[in-house]
Amino acid sequence: MSEQETTAAPQTANARSEGGASQGGFSRGGGRGDRRPAGGPGGRDSGRKFFRRKKVCKFCVEKIDAINYKDVRLLAQFVAERGKIVPRRLTGVCTPHQRRLSAAIKQARNIALLPFAARY
Amino acid sequence: MQRTYELMFIVRPDMAEEEVDKLISTLESNVTGAGGAVKSAEKMGKRRLAYIVRSFHEGQYVLLTLEGSGTMIHEVERRLRVTEPVIKFITVRVDEDLKRVAKIKAIRATRVKRSPAPAATPEAPAEGASAAV
Repeated sequence: MSEQETTAAPQTANARSEGGASQGGFSRGGGRGDRRPAGGPGGRDSGRKFFRRKKVCKFCVEKIDAINYKDVRLLAQFVAERGKIVPRRLTGVCTPHQRRLSAAIKQARNIALLPFAARY
Repeated sequence: MQRTYELMFIVRPDMAEEEVDKLISTLESNVTGAGGAVKSAEKMGKRRLAYIVRSFHEGQYVLLTLEGSGTMIHEVERRLRVTEPVIKFITVRVDEDLKRVAKIKAIRATRVKRSPAPAATPEAPAEGASAAV
């Protein structure tokens, strides 16, 4: 019995953390709200009705291997209006790709393809 | 040590096409003189700059792909710095990135060959949100 419980516990914990990550949220309140109904392993499906869908990394999904500084149209999607790099938690880009993306954006800024700071 | 570099630079907008061509050809001769090779040269045309560079709002972009050593790049950069019509430049080493991409492509190709795995069936809907509370 106790063994079963111990094995079950990490699973739910995993599901919970997944649920928390999936909404990639804006606020902590949202995260808590997501966790409660999600609960079990099927939380992802039940959550679909109520919550933000899971963000996915554009570069992983579209299989963009090389993030090039010359591709302004691609980079511009990850730059805010004022020229800031948009954080991962808002765009859903995975860590390795965000690293390359930010490097590419900085190179593009250097050659005046993207602004360092956009003016009003 | 032979490496591949991308050299992008901006020429002032009021420069004529032929003069840009001349500038590129002199650069090419510099590169070959320093033991490198120009793999491709591309004029990307006039483009609005994202910010003002030396009081210019737009510029003509030129992209060169070079092959050579670091000392060659050093020399080319020094020359660009003293070339008055070039208002901005950037050199990026691309050989490692190209290698990485080729590796990923190769891995992907083998995976596709082995098994186009059928998509996993979606999980059954949850038994109810209330139970989990």
